[in-house]
Amino acid sequence: MDVIIEQCLNGLSLGSLYALIAVGYTVVYGIVQLINFAHGEIFMVGAFGSLTIWLLAGSPTDMSIGFALGVMLPLMVIGGIIFSVLTAMLTEKIAYKPLRSAPRLAPFISAIGISVFLQELVRLFYGQIPGFPDARNKIKYPTITGISGASVDIGGVQLKMTTVFILCALAICTLFLWFYINRTKVGRAMVATSQDQMTARLMGIDVDHVILSAFAVGAGLAAVAGIAQGLYIGDIGYKMGFMAGMKAFTAAVLGGIGNINGAVVGGLVLGVVEAFASQLGDTAWKDVWAFVILILVLVFRPQGIMGAKVVDRA
Amino acid sequence: MKAYKAAAILTLAASLALATGCGSRTEPTTTEGSGETEDKVAKIGVIAPLTGDLSSFGKGIQYSVQLAVKQANESGAIPGWTLEVVPLDDQATPDVGQNAANQLASMDDVIALVGTMNSSVAQPVQPIVDAANIAMVSPANTNTSLTKGADLENPVRPYKSFYRLCASDDKQGPFAAKYLLTKGIKTAATVHDKKVYGQGLVDAFTEYYEANGGKVVAAETINPEDTDYSTVVTKVKSANPEIVYYGGEYPQGAPLSAQMKDAGLKVAEIGGDGNYTTEYQKLAGEAAEGDLTTSVGAPLDTLDSAKAYLDGYAAGGYDVDPGAYGGYAYDAANVIIEALKTTLKDAADVKSAREATVAAIQNVKIEGATGEIAFDEFGDNTNRVLTVYKSEGDAWVSEYINTIE
Repeated sequence: MDVIIEQCLNGLSLGSLYALIAVGYTVVYGIVQLINFAHGEIFMVGAFGSLTIWLLAGSPTDMSIGFALGVMLPLMVIGGIIFSVLTAMLTEKIAYKPLRSAPRLAPFISAIGISVFLQELVRLFYGQIPGFPDARNKIKYPTITGISGASVDIGGVQLKMTTVFILCALAICTLFLWFYINRTKVGRAMVATSQDQMTARLMGIDVDHVILSAFAVGAGLAAVAGIAQGLYIGDIGYKMGFMAGMKAFTAAVLGGIGNINGAVVGGLVLGVVEAFASQLGDTAWKDVWAFVILILVLVFRPQGIMGAKVVDRA
Repeated sequence: MKAYKAAAILTLAASLALATGCGSRTEPTTTEGSGETEDKVAKIGVIAPLTGDLSSFGKGIQYSVQLAVKQANESGAIPGWTLEVVPLDDQATPDVGQNAANQLASMDDVIALVGTMNSSVAQPVQPIVDAANIAMVSPANTNTSLTKGADLENPVRPYKSFYRLCASDDKQGPFAAKYLLTKGIKTAATVHDKKVYGQGLVDAFTEYYEANGGKVVAAETINPEDTDYSTVVTKVKSANPEIVYYGGEYPQGAPLSAQMKDAGLKVAEIGGDGNYTTEYQKLAGEAAEGDLTTSVGAPLDTLDSAKAYLDGYAAGGYDVDPGAYGGYAYDAANVIIEALKTTLKDAADVKSAREATVAAIQNVKIEGATGEIAFDEFGDNTNRVLTVYKSEGDAWVSEYINTIE
C-alpha cells in the first residue's frame, strides 16, 4: 500500500512538471497554431537562470530555513522567470514573428533551430562566465533548506518536501492562469484571438501583443518547472529540455492541444501512468505504456481528453 | 523583404548550429616535433569523448597519449621518425565515432589508434580500422564481446588488430559480486541504463552473485535520457535490498544515488568504472558517502610504476585529472611506440608498416604505469587487477585490491 501511495506521489510530481511545461505548448498552439519546439529549452533556461541568481548571491550553502524560503527561493524563482520570459519573447521577435505569414512549416523549422541554438549557447558559454560551473557536464542544483534533501516518513510513506513544493507550484500556477485568462484584459484578448484571429484584430485587439504575452506566460510556467525539477532531482544540464519538452508536448496533445486545463490534466495523467507502468511492469516499458495510452486516447478521442471538436471556419 | 530577412536568419542559425556542432571535431592539435625537418611523420589517432558528459574521461585519455608521444619524441625513441597525435571527438556516440574512424582510415600517415572509451563506440570503429590494418589499443572498452565475440561459450577473437588493456565486464561485474559476498552482503538490486556497457556489467554481476550464494531481489532499468528515477527507486526500495548495483555511467549513476537517499532508500550504490570519477561526488553531494565502485587496475598513486607518469602528467599542466583511463591510455600509447621501434625503423612509409605493427603488438611486453603488460590470444591484457573504491568526502578511497580469473 505504501508503495502505491509513493508511486502516486512520484507520478504526480513528474506529471506536475509535464503539466507546467505543457501549458506553454498549448497556449502558443491555441493562438498561432505553432508547435514551439524550443519550449523545452525555455524550461532549461529557467533552471539555469535560477542557478545564476544563486551563484550571484554568493552560492550560499548553509542557509537558515527562513532565509532559504523567504529570500533565496523567491529570488531564484523570480530570476528564473525573468530569464525564461525574456528568452521566449526574444525568440518570438527574432525567429517566429518574421515568419508569421510564411507557410506553417517555416516557423516549425526555425523553432528547431532555436532549440539547438539555445542548447549550444548554454553548453558552450555558461561555463565561460567567471565563477560559473562548466555546463558541458550536468551541474548539481543548489540545495534549499526546508525543501531539498531527505524525505519525511509519514506512517511508512516517504514524502519528499520537493513533491510538496511541486504540487503547490502547480496549484498556484493553475490558479494564476485561471485568473489571468478569465479576469484580465490580455487574457480575454487571448481567448478571443485563439477563437478568431481576424475578427479579434477587427475588434481592436493588438494581436502581436497577445501572441507575445502567450509566449511570456508559457515561459514563466516553464521556468517554475525548471526550478522545481532542479530541486526535485538535484541536478540540471543543457540537455534537460529535450526529453522534458517531448513528454510535455505529448501531455498537451493527450489533454487536448489548445486547452489549458487539458494540458494540466494530460501532464498529470502521463506522469501517473508512467509511475504505475514502472511499478507494475518492467521499468524499461514505462515510455511504451505512456505512448500506448496516448494512442488509445487519440484513437477514440482525437481531440484529446479535454479538447473541443474543431469546427471548420467557413 | 520579410522573406529575405527570414531566410538570412535561418541560414545564420543553421550555420551557427553547424559551426558549434563540428568545431571541436575537426581541429587535430598536434604535438610539436623535435624540430629536425628530415624526420618522417607517423600519427597516432585518439578517438574519445572530448566533449559532453564524459569529456573528463576523454580528455584524460587524450592528454595521456600526448604525454607518452611527447616523451618518445624527446628521447628519440624511433630514429628518423616523429610521432604526432590526432585527437578526434566521438561525443560518446557510435555514429560520430564511426565518422572519426573513417577519417583516420583515410589518412595515409596514421599508424595506430588509442581508443575508444565507450564500448558502444568501439563496435563500429573496430571493422573500419581493421580493414585499414590500423592497430587499435583500447584503454577503456570493457565489453567482453570486443575481444571474444558474441558467443562467450565459444570465444573467437573477431579482430586481430584490436587489443585492450583494461579488464572486461565479465571480470568487473564478478569482482564486485566477489567483494560483496566476502562482506556478507547477500541481497542486491540491479539497475542498468540499457547500454552495451551497463547491461554487460549487470549480466556478469548477476551470474556470479547468484551462483555464489547472493540473491538479486530486483532487476530494473532506467533511460539514460531521463533525469527522474524516483519510480525505479520506489520499486527497488519495496524489495529491501542491502545494496544497489548500478551498471552505467556517472551522469545517471550519481543522481540515482542522490535520489535513492532522498526517497529513504538508505543503502550504498556500487557501480563499475563508469562511476569512478570525482564528478560523481560533485553531482551526488552528500548522498555519495559510503557508495562503492569497482575500477580496472590498481590505484595509480599506490603503484611505484605509475609515479613517473603521474609526475609527468602533473608537470604537463593539463586541465583535467588523468581520470580512470589516463594510466591505461598512457600505457596504450607506449605499447604502440614499443612495437613501432621495430616496425617503423626501416619502413619506407607509414602504410607499409601497418600490418607488421598489428602483429608486433601481440608480442609486446612492457612495464607500464599500470603494471606489467602483455596480451593473451584474444588481445586482452594478462594483468587483470581490479580495485573496489569507497566514497569518502569528495574522493574515492581504495578499499579492496585483488585479481580475478
